[in-house]
This record gives sequence, C-alpha cells and structure tokens, in this order.
Amino acid sequence: MPIFHRLKHALVILVALVAASVASFAQTADEAFTRLAADSYSDTSRAIELLVSTAHPNAALIVEALNDGRLLAGPGGVAVKTAGGGFVDAKTGVALAAAPGDVKPVRLNNAVRRAVQAALGGLGLLNPDPAKRTAAAEAVFKSRDAGLLPIVEAAIGKETNPRALAALRQAQAAILIAKPDTQPLDRFAAIEVLRDRADQDALATLRALPGDATPALKEAQAKAITAIEGRLKLWAAAQNLWYGLSLGSVLLLAAIGLAITFGVMGVINMAHGEMVMLGAYTTFVVQELIRTNAPWLFDWSLAIALPAAFVVAGAVGIAIERGVIRFLYGRPLETLLATWGISLILQQAVRTAFGPTNREVGAPSFMSGAFELGGLAITYNRLWIIVFAGLVFAALLAILKLTPMGLQMRAVTQNRRMASAMGIRTGRIDALTFGLGSGVAGLAGVALSQIDNVSPNLGQSYIIDSFMVVVFGGVGNLWGTLVGAMTLGVANKLLEPYAGAVLGKIALLVCIILFIQKRPRGLFALKGRAVEA
Amino acid sequence: MITRFLLQNMDKRGGVFLAILLGLALLVPLSNLLLPASSPFHVPTSTMSLWGKYLCYALLAVSLDLVWGYCGILSLGHGAFFALGGYAMGLYLMRQIGSRGVYGNPILPDFMVFLNWQELPWYWWGFSSFPFAMLMVLAVPGLLAFVFGWFAFRSRVTGVYLSIITQALTYALLLAFFRNDMGFGGNNGLTDFKDILGFNIQAQATRAALFSMTCVMLAAGFLIARGIVVSKLGKVVIAIRDAEPRTRFLGYRVDRFKLFVFTVSACMAGVAGALYVPQVGIINPSEFAPANSIETVIWVAVGGRGSLVGAALGAVVVNWAKTLFTSGFMAPYWLFALGGLFVVVTLFLPKGILGTAEALWARRGKPDNAPAAEPAPAE
Amino acid sequence: MNSNRREFLGTALAGAAFLGSSYLPAAAQQDTIKVGILHSLSGTMAISETTLKDVMLMLIEEQNKKGGLLGKKLEAVVVDPASNWPLFAEKARELITKDKVAATFGCWTSVSRKSVLPVFKELNNILFYPVQYEGEESERNVFYTGAAPNQQAIPAVDYLAKEEKVERWVLAGTDYVYPRTTNKILEAYLKSKGVKPEDIMINYTPFGHSDWQTIVSDIKKFGSAGKKTAVVSTINGDANVPFYKELGNQGIKATDIPVVAFSVGEEELAGIDTKPLVGHLAAWNYFQSIKTPENEAFIKQWQAFTKNPKRVTNDPMEAHYIGFNMWVKAVEKAKSTDPDKVIDALPGIEAPNLTGGISKMLPNHHITKPVFIGEIKDDGQFDVVWKTAGLVPGDAWSKELDGSKDLVGDWVEKKCGNFNVKTGKCGGV
Repeated sequence: MPIFHRLKHALVILVALVAASVASFAQTADEAFTRLAADSYSDTSRAIELLVSTAHPNAALIVEALNDGRLLAGPGGVAVKTAGGGFVDAKTGVALAAAPGDVKPVRLNNAVRRAVQAALGGLGLLNPDPAKRTAAAEAVFKSRDAGLLPIVEAAIGKETNPRALAALRQAQAAILIAKPDTQPLDRFAAIEVLRDRADQDALATLRALPGDATPALKEAQAKAITAIEGRLKLWAAAQNLWYGLSLGSVLLLAAIGLAITFGVMGVINMAHGEMVMLGAYTTFVVQELIRTNAPWLFDWSLAIALPAAFVVAGAVGIAIERGVIRFLYGRPLETLLATWGISLILQQAVRTAFGPTNREVGAPSFMSGAFELGGLAITYNRLWIIVFAGLVFAALLAILKLTPMGLQMRAVTQNRRMASAMGIRTGRIDALTFGLGSGVAGLAGVALSQIDNVSPNLGQSYIIDSFMVVVFGGVGNLWGTLVGAMTLGVANKLLEPYAGAVLGKIALLVCIILFIQKRPRGLFALKGRAVEA
Repeated sequence: MITRFLLQNMDKRGGVFLAILLGLALLVPLSNLLLPASSPFHVPTSTMSLWGKYLCYALLAVSLDLVWGYCGILSLGHGAFFALGGYAMGLYLMRQIGSRGVYGNPILPDFMVFLNWQELPWYWWGFSSFPFAMLMVLAVPGLLAFVFGWFAFRSRVTGVYLSIITQALTYALLLAFFRNDMGFGGNNGLTDFKDILGFNIQAQATRAALFSMTCVMLAAGFLIARGIVVSKLGKVVIAIRDAEPRTRFLGYRVDRFKLFVFTVSACMAGVAGALYVPQVGIINPSEFAPANSIETVIWVAVGGRGSLVGAALGAVVVNWAKTLFTSGFMAPYWLFALGGLFVVVTLFLPKGILGTAEALWARRGKPDNAPAAEPAPAE
Repeated sequence: MNSNRREFLGTALAGAAFLGSSYLPAAAQQDTIKVGILHSLSGTMAISETTLKDVMLMLIEEQNKKGGLLGKKLEAVVVDPASNWPLFAEKARELITKDKVAATFGCWTSVSRKSVLPVFKELNNILFYPVQYEGEESERNVFYTGAAPNQQAIPAVDYLAKEEKVERWVLAGTDYVYPRTTNKILEAYLKSKGVKPEDIMINYTPFGHSDWQTIVSDIKKFGSAGKKTAVVSTINGDANVPFYKELGNQGIKATDIPVVAFSVGEEELAGIDTKPLVGHLAAWNYFQSIKTPENEAFIKQWQAFTKNPKRVTNDPMEAHYIGFNMWVKAVEKAKSTDPDKVIDALPGIEAPNLTGGISKMLPNHHITKPVFIGEIKDDGQFDVVWKTAGLVPGDAWSKELDGSKDLVGDWVEKKCGNFNVKTGKCGGV
C-alpha cells in the first residue's frame, strides 16, 4: 500500500511539526467534529484547519469527501459517503451499515472551498501521482499558506519529477515572499523563481511582498515586475490576435452558409440566422436524447449532432426553396420579404415548441477548460471551433472545386442564363445550393451552441454580422468570406482594448461603410459580365 | 407654379387619397372633440393617436417608396432617418420639460442628473427653440443622407452592397445611441414629455392637432414625392431604376439624381419621426434597429412598390394587423400570422395589395388608367 | 357657454349609453374584473417575460378558485407588446381604454416602464412592476414590487467585503440605465467605505454581447494584483450565458474571483451547465431553494400549472405573487376596483412573501423585502449563504447619489413622489 505509506509519512511529518497539538489531540479533534455538525461556514472552515493541524488520521478522507459533497454531518454524527455508496464513520474510519440518522450533507461556500483547497494542497503534496502533486503545489502557490512551508520543503527534497519540482519551488517561493519573517537572501531567491515563472499569478505573488522589505529587495521586486510585465505585454498582443481569430472563426461559420445562398443565388436570405438556430436546437435535442437514453455517449453528442443538424437545417432550407423561393426567381429582392416572414415564423415555431427560455447545451469533456501555451491561455472550445470552421471551409471549397455539382454551382453563379443554355438544370442547382447553404448554417449552430444562448433569438444576433462579412469579402467568393471574417474578427479584437466593445464595433461598421466606397463590390469582386447582370 | 408642380397629372387614385387624408385631418379631430363619446361617429382618443402613429409610418413608407420604388435604391436603413428626426423632436420636447423633471433641475434632463452630468452637452444647445428643432428635424437626416449618399453614389455602390451598408449605418447608430455616454438617454431614450409649443401634450386637443398635422404632412409628403416622380427629373430617376448604366451612358449624372432623391426622402422620413414622437411619447434607440427598417421595406412591398398610395396603404394595413394580432387569443401566435402575411403577399400579390386590387378591378372590364400611369417595378 | 352645453349633452348621452350598455352584451362584462397582463411574448424579452405571463394566469386562476374578488370572477387580458417599446405604450392604452382593466401587471426593463408611464398617468390606472430596477422613481400609478438598489446591490457588496474580504472590484454591466445607475451607486458606496479609485474597474458592454474573451481575460488580469477581487455583474439576461461559459472555460473559479450577479436567477441558469460555475453568487429577494411551506406550495402549484416538473421559479415571479396578493387585499379593503381608491388603499397593505416573511407596501410604492445571497450549485439552484436579519424597506431614491439623497417618495401624507426633505417642497430641488 504505497499510497497509505506516503500519506502516513506526510502525516508523521505534520505531527512532528505541530508539536503542541499532540497533547490536546483528542480534545481538538472532537471540537472539529462538533464544528462540522454545526452547519455554519466559519465552523466548517475552522474544523478543516483543526483536522489538518492535529493531523487527524482521516483528515484526507474527510476533506476530500467535503469537497465532493459526500460528507454528512448532524446531531447524529459525522459520516463519509464512499464512492461505492457505503458509509464510513468520519471519526473512527469504521464502516457503517447505513448513514446515521439526522445528518445532512455539509454545505460549502467559497470560504470553505478555499480552506478545502488549501488543505488538499497540503495533503496532496506527497500524492504518488506527479500530476496531483503538481496541482497540489499550485494550490499551495495560490494560498501562500505559511504553515505548509515545512511540508513543501520536505517534498522538494524528495521530488524527482521536473514539472512537480518546478511547481513546488514556486510554491515555496510564494510562501517565502509573503511570510513576514523570511530572510532577505531567501526572498531574493524567491523573486528569482517568480520572475522565471513570469505570468499573472507570479505578478500577483510578487506584489504580496510585505511593505517593510529592504530597499534592495524592493528594487529586485520592481525589476522582476517590469520584466514580467514586458513579457506579458507581448503575450497579450498574441492573445488578442488569438481572440480575433476565434471571433473570426465564429463569424466565418455564421456567414459561410450565407456566402453560398447569397453568392450563388443572390437570395437575400433573412432566415439564415434561423437555420443556425435550428442547428443549435438540434444539438439540444440530440443531447437530451443521449442524456436520457445513453449517457455514456455524451462526449460524442456533438459529433452525432453535426450530421443531424446538417440534415435538419438543410431539409428546412430545401423546403423553403421549393415552397417559396422557387416562385420568386427573377425577383431576388422580394426574397428578402418572404424570407423575413419565414424567419418570424420559424422563431415563433421554435418558441412554441421549446419554450422561450434558454436551453442548456452541455460541453463534452474535450471542449471544456483551457490550457496554457507559453503565455497564451487557449480555451478548448474556441480551439475546436477554429478547427471546425477551417474544416467546414475546406470541405465547402472542395465541394465547389472538385465535384460536378460544385462546377455547376459556379457556372450558375457566373452566368445563370448561359449555364441554363448549357443544359444545367438551374432550378435543381438552386435547391441543392440552398440546401447546402442552410445545412452549413445548421453546422454553425452546433458550434455556436457551445458559446452562446440556445434561444429563439440566437439567429437574429448573427444575421447582421453575417451579411457584413459576406459583403465585405465580396459576394460569391468563399475566399472573400474567409478573409472578410478573419479581418473583421481580428480588427474587432484589436480595437476593443482601446475603444471598448461598443465603440470598437461602431468604428468597425464605419470602416466597412468607407471600405465599400473604395471597393464597391467587396474585397474579392467577381470579374466579368456577371457583375452587371 | 408650385401648385402646378405638385398637382400636375394628378390621377384619380392620388386625388382620392388626398381627399381621404384631408377629410381625416378635419373630421377625426372634430368628431373626437365635439361628438359625445356615445355617438357612433365618435372617434376615441386612443384610436386617434393609434391612427396618428399609423400615418407617421405611412409617411415613412412613402419616403422609402420614393427611393426604392422609383429610384431602385433599396435602403435598409431608412429607420435611421426616421429616428434622427424623432430624436430632434425629442430633444425639443425634453427641453420643454424645464424644471418639472423629478429632480427639478431647470437645465438638465433627469437622466443626466442622476448620472452626474454637470452641464448640457453642446449638441443639446438650441433645442429649446421650436423653429431650430424643426430645422434640425430636416437638417440632421438630410445631412446624413447627403454625406452618406455623396460617398456611396459617387463610388457607384449599388444593389445589395448599398442595402447592406445602409443597414450598417443604422446598426452603427443603434449602438451609438445605446451608449449612455452619448447623452441621449441611452436605452431608455427620451420620454415623459410635458408640453409642445406650450400645449399639454396629453390633452385631447393637442392630440387632435397632432393628428391633423400628421394627415397634412402625409398629404404634403405625398404631393412632393408625386411632384418629383411625375416631373422630368422623375423620368430620369425611373430610368435609373430600370437601367442605371444605360442612363449613365446617355449622359445623365446618375449620382446627382440619386443623391437628390435620397436626401429628399431622408428629410421626409425625419418629418415622419418628428410627428411620431409626441404621439407615441417615447423615442429610444430601438427605432434604429435594422429590423425596423426591414419592416418598413415590407410595408412598401405589401402595399405595392412603385406606388406612393400603395406604400402608405401598406404601412397602415400591416400596422393595423399588428395591433389586431397582438391582442386577445392571437397574442402568442401573432408572429405566425404576420410572417405568413409577408410570405403570402410576396408569393401571390407581387404588386402588393393595391396593384393586385387594381389588376382585379381592371379585369372586371372597367377602364382605368391608373395602373398604366405607374409602371410596375422592375428589378 | 357652448362648451358647457356640449359637456352636459355629452354626459347625458354617456349616461344613457352606460345604462343601455349594462343590459345588452356588456352584461357579461360586468361579471368580471379584468386584469391586464403586459408582458412580451415575442422578441428579445420574451425569454424572461413569458414566464411572468404564465405566473399571472396561474395566480388569477387560483384567485378565481377561491371565489374571485368582490364576488366577481377575475379575467386576465393578455396582450403581446413584442419587446417593442412604443408598442408597450400602445398596448397599455388599449388595455385601459378598450378592455377597461382594473390594474395591469407587466413590463420588464426600465425602458418599457418609462414608455408606458405617461399612459398610466394620463389614464389614471395601476401598474405593478415586478423586476429589480435602478430606483430613482416613485410614481403615483406604479407599484414597484421588484428590488430597489438598496435591496439587492448594496447588501451584496457588503457581503463580499465582509465575508469574502474583497478589496478590489470589477463592476461589469450592460450599457443601459439599470447597470449605469447601480454602478454609480455602488461606486459612491465603495468609495465611502475607503476603496481606492484604482481598485474599481467599470466596464460596459452592449446588449446581447456574445464575445467575452477579451473582457474575461481583462478581469483575470485585474484580479491578479495581489488583492482579493470580485466581479459585481449587472449584465443583462441574454449576455449572461456566453459570459458564464467564457468564465468557466477560462477557468475563473469562484474561489479565486467570485462573480455576484443581480440579473441571473434560476431561469437564466436553466440554460447553462452550472458545474464550472459552482460558488459564483447572486443576490435576490427570493430563491427557489428556500425551504418554507409557502414556497413549497407555490413551486408545486407552478409545476402543476405548467405541467413541467422541472420548471423553475424565480425572483420576479415572487414579486408578481406579492404584488397580486397586495392588490387583491387592497381591492377588498377599498371594496372597489376604482384605481384612485385602490391606490390610496395599497400603502400599508401587508402580504406574505414566499420566504417566510410579511412584505409591506410602503408609502413610496416600494415594498419591504428580505435580501438573500446565494451561491450557484451544480444543479442550477442556489444555496443561500447569507441573508439580512429582517426585511429591508425599498428606497425609491438612492442615498448615495447627489441628485437624489434629499428626496423621498410619500404618497400617503405628502402626496408626492419626489419630496425634498431639505426644502420641504414637492418636486425635486
């Protein structure tokens, strides 16, 4: 049992260090359990401290259970519900046949959660798993709990994993910086370590240097801060660029279907946003089905939702084309009116069917959380959306360039009459194109369900931006849409830190208006006779 | 001379329309003020102000039809001109409140007081004067349209590109007016008006006068728009709509004609907004919403694009339908009805209500020259 | 004397018509008391307001089961102002003049209230407004059953400062009047408590803002200055989901930088996976998770009414519950639905709220409410971590703002909504 062995080892150190506690062990430990049962946040926090400081043999068990909401307490005693569903008496560690009567799960608030995390940090420093040790060191780094310094130092002595070692050293540095009675020499070393860490948290920790430090120390601190800030500034620029690309990819997804319907057919499809919404609601329905029928499939829910959303939105698109737009050939501006009407109907239909409130679409595990890349914080969901947008773009490009259908579509775009004269059934191409554009909008809906509201208004909030992107890039050109979306995304994010979100957007709109004066047919204008048709 | 310009070639339909408007301008206020509430001919105040609102929308629709129906410029941002006119009027009405605001500040409107503004921003200056405010009602939308149009038409931005940048214009204004730092009351806009020209804005007589004024201005707007389209200039404008490059090759300065019509139309929309605000009692940024401008386009299409009477009729019919559908058992489902109306009209009544009605009338064998006088719109 | 004769004639004819109408089809009308429901069922606000319409229908149905009011049945008149502010005014006018409602329950967001306000004043009717708002208003015809800033914002900030030891504040809001005013009040309040200006960051975003990457990372940056930081969010409903999703993804935990929100309740959380948000806070006057017999009965009734066992309740629904019961009691006290009599009867009326207290209508037309701070749980509910000792009376005028600190609303003695205690005069300065 190496785990227990190491844990015991840690506790032995603890016991040795907290000398005074030995005598009053039984008494204070009892107090901890009374406090746990008191249903008061401050008592719970205190109880955790007591458990850790008295090195109660079940401390780790109890604190972990508390963190997971498995700790039950009340007048009937304190018990831990094990992962297997059984019960264990928290004080003695003896298995119980059933939960004691009159107990409730111990409640947490943020203060308790912080205490729990600090305690877990201390208790986890000697965990056999290096990743857990690193995480524990990180928790200590944040809490800067001076009481843990001896354990941290003991752990450093034994650590073999380089990542965990670095984390432990940083934790040690953080404690040393803040601790009032640290020797200046140790502090210099700590500043060094923090400067090498060079992120926001290091900056925050550096600033925790007490005000009564020596001038030399303060100078070192100031130097380290300037160095970190300079580095962070560079990373911030890169981060902003990343945000811009991410926003651009969202715009690209929302607009690319429109680029097809609008570009090829000249249909001003005001119901495009509703296609996106249908895609998002399809995701919701798929997830609901998975939740009730096959919860283990949940991580695949988006992959399953993709074809479903494509089919649903595409089918609705084809129905709209066959049912309404077909009759409006030669009157493209009137498609604006009809599709506006359709968008109202679709919105209200969804509101009637699903209710007006937001629907919850969960994130599969691979899309949650973030990771650090140098100084960049990259969230997985944004990363996947960028990748996804790239894939959709490539796939569409391939369809247009490599398939017979794509060839016919391009022919129709460039010269409808000539294409018709060459024997292309323009009506069929129109229906397929509209279906494809709508289907792609449905795909966008799956992605947007991860970052935005899934509500009947979802589509409305993207329709204007989508039109801007398509027009800015140049109608009828996919590359134009790509460049347009990315330019607008990045420009928006570069403006935002200076002008704020609202003014930035206004400035961008004015820029688009001015740009169109310069290039009245967008960035990538179609050339040839089609232009004047 | 002006009368001749305005009344030349007046057809039967236009005459009927004018007669109805002037009749409404006289009879409705009289009936509202003089007849007892029990009389079957009495028009209640609520109905009157509701119809006043419809007629403001009708004037907006006429102004849009002038540029879209006759000049081929599909503006998806006409709501911006309407709202700017409304704000000009709103500023005047706010200044009239004086020290009757909740904080009793004689200079600053309430929203500035509680957001700690120290003094009135410069762009509020002058709005306590009615003539100045009325000048601004015309000048602000007109100037914006002139500048915008000057750039856009000179660089030959046409078709959907123009439509989308007009939409960008109104969207940018929407975002700007939402900002509280702009000093126009942010999202809440301007409201709680008290007086107009010294008359209590909620008094029945004031409402009746505003209603009459709306009818008169709609008639005037109609006459001006008609005057333009039947004049020689109007022929060129219609030619631009039907074949812009050809007109240009014939030697006409297309951009100037477009600019003129666009600016006139924006001023008309501004007037509509100015009449709308005192009757509705609030002006706020949602009037700039692109959806509102799109709806205006739909009114014109429903009534009949390329027919000024049709545009006015469309505005009234759609808004009346909206009022009807949003109450009673229909309330949760009215968007189906409204959306369905748009689809049905575009599919089955391509010339709008008026055009279709006239076509039907003509088929019954009754000779009527009206449809010939105003050619069907072409793309 | 023309006008006199006209008036006489008018009155006589009107009287005749009135007598006549009490016979014919209008006879059915006399049997019911009409209650107007003015909530958007379509457009952007439908997301929040549709629920309130349903709650009103439920309350009215319940009252009818108990035998109605003054021996008559209540009849709900539902209209859809479609999230369109001028349409709010039009529909309010229609409710009062055409449907002759005795009172109206409705509106959400200040702009809709401001838009209908002139109509209610002109036609002298009653509006119950159920949503928390920025204060700075006390009108004779409006009864505010939602929280004023001192019943939500200030207690929340006190909690954070005391319990979480927060020293650095981000005030993030949507750019409209409620966040602007609330943040002004909070800024003044925090500064009066000794918070330095550089420890306050204020940020405004447009409605429906969906790309929060930059702002969330700014908050993260602001929060790493070595002092405990919290975010006070007045972000409007729709923008919250992407905001919280971004918070969760960028890994801002409640233990690091807690976010306390004034516009996020059970209904909004129903659209988010709350697991990454556990511990973030909200301040309200009601939470569904509060265990009282009244609340349990209300939740049961609501879930039965909507035929959805998962349907959640929230604070504005409770506000309508209190407001409706107060109106019923006032009508019973006045023995009439005449707006003037009911307006006079309402101040002083007490009605139980759902959290075990008795709320009272004050002379300034606001009510007394308890304030709760709740932490988000992983099931989308809130865990109450703090509450005020008693009920807090709503201040119509904030004491923290220069323009309004001398004003009080008193419709009982002073008959004035903006009475200046310094000058002793009604009407501001």
